[in-house]
Amino acid sequence: MAECKRENLTVTEVAAKALEMRRMIIEMLTEAGSGHPGGSLSATDIMASLFFHEMNIDPKEPKMADRDRFVLCKGHAAPALYSALALKGFFPKEDVFTLRKLGSHLQGHPDMKKLLGVDVSTGSLGQGLSMASGMALAGKLDNAPYRVYAILGDGELEEGQVWEAAMFAAHYHLDNLCAFVDNNGLQIDGNIDCVMSPNPIADKWRAFGWHVIEINGHDVQEIFMALDQAKTVKEQPTMIVAHTVKGKGVSFMENQAVWHGAAPKPDEKDRALAELV
Amino acid sequence: MTEKQATRDAYGQALAALGQENKEIVVLDADLSKSTKTADFQKVCPERFFNVGIAEQNMLGVAAGLAASRKRPVVSSFAVFATGRAFEQIRNSIAYPKLPVIIAATHAGVTVGEDGGSHQAIEDIAIMRALPNMTVLVPADGPQTKAALKAALDHDGPVYLRLGRLAVPTVYEETEPLTIGKGKILREGTDVAIVSCGLMTAIALEAAELLAAEGVAATVCDMPSVKPIDRQLTYSLAAGCGCVVTAEEHNIMGGLGGAVAEVLGECCPVPLERVGLNDVFGQSGKPLELLEEYGLTAVNIAAKAKKAISRK
Repeated sequence: MAECKRENLTVTEVAAKALEMRRMIIEMLTEAGSGHPGGSLSATDIMASLFFHEMNIDPKEPKMADRDRFVLCKGHAAPALYSALALKGFFPKEDVFTLRKLGSHLQGHPDMKKLLGVDVSTGSLGQGLSMASGMALAGKLDNAPYRVYAILGDGELEEGQVWEAAMFAAHYHLDNLCAFVDNNGLQIDGNIDCVMSPNPIADKWRAFGWHVIEINGHDVQEIFMALDQAKTVKEQPTMIVAHTVKGKGVSFMENQAVWHGAAPKPDEKDRALAELV
Repeated sequence: MTEKQATRDAYGQALAALGQENKEIVVLDADLSKSTKTADFQKVCPERFFNVGIAEQNMLGVAAGLAASRKRPVVSSFAVFATGRAFEQIRNSIAYPKLPVIIAATHAGVTVGEDGGSHQAIEDIAIMRALPNMTVLVPADGPQTKAALKAALDHDGPVYLRLGRLAVPTVYEETEPLTIGKGKILREGTDVAIVSCGLMTAIALEAAELLAAEGVAATVCDMPSVKPIDRQLTYSLAAGCGCVVTAEEHNIMGGLGGAVAEVLGECCPVPLERVGLNDVFGQSGKPLELLEEYGLTAVNIAAKAKKAISRK
């Protein structure tokens, strides 16, 4: 087997990466003039833990056969993914300022054909977990050592396809699949409980045959522990229900649905960056 | 043209044979494996067959994930569900990233028969053809179905393979290969060119016989590759014969007739008549009754040919 490229940073180091990611997210979205800060910031600590602690990936060999896979089911959180990939060295950091611009490899939603490091194209909600399940199934067929990680939004759970995939992954015992629900409680039109409640989320995944872990999705130590626990689970996929705050880290964005799909203006960027230190 | 075989049966046999050779093939079905004939593959390669249950959207998504992991997924369901229920999964998870998934959909067209209009796909070619990166193959018979599956497996991109339930006459030799983007001239004549696909090709050959008896010489061109269509051949047939008739078991809009109309409109505007469903859904009935009901017959093709000739 090829050498493991897991970075394995400590809790403190990952937290520092997450802070850096948040700053990049704010800066690239301001430059782009559109995009999704709220759900990028809520998923940042999970992605920082995956990219800088957990996953066996290598920017020098992005197509490495036994690399761990990552599926950003909630593809609108692309800025968080791009910040992780840039800091990891998959592309030059200054490229983040091309986000959403004509000809950029940083599309509004992740595009595997345009950007190395993106394992599958996502953006249409509800489709990612099926693709992640297919990747996990391929790993099982090949007896490959890799694991597949995915992050879903909580509003995304309203899509029926998610539950088709939930049945599938449990039915075929895909214990190499570990997904997160970024449970920030808000979707574009408002509170998930008001728009169309997917609650109780953890109970639903348990009922579908998944191993469920509930954590604070901004506590890196808890994320590490959940990832470790997931690796010990046999015959079942794992769903980590991560309780998060939309817009986490920027006080005026936190818990505000309006920041789902609005980019900060330059003065708002300055205020946000002043908090992200 | 002696024996008859449904293209779905030929598909099942070919898939089972190719599956034993190519260990990267993984087959998914949505609880219709006995009807789509993927059960033939399951018998010989059970470890690479996965029933996803009645969940077509997930099936196409899982296929995308397999393809992104260097597998060669082949998925089957009825054409209505494969292309309709899972359309946006095909669009965003498969066609947009150009992943090599083969969507082998059976029970296309009205020859589904008694199940009725809800189960008879008459729009599937049109919606698959509109997707960038998608190849659309509509084989005429059993041997061509096997050739089409081989060509699809050699192709680096998604392929929609349209198959039928009804046993149809064999037109091709077993060894005849299929090339994506190429049509085949089965009979030559200078008065009119009949361009067909699927089970309408055997019927188009019958129509050419009827026309010959009346002194009309028709070319019959089978066009299994509806997308990419053989533009050069289509142009040369139109230029050579001066009029064209298309024949397909599909809505006359957006399918083979639509594709040929696009080429003629741009390159060689000659009279065109389209045989197919005239923008209506099907209904219950016996397959042959339904072909008759909707004018998918040699007699109607011959009549349209004469009409096209009269418009020259």
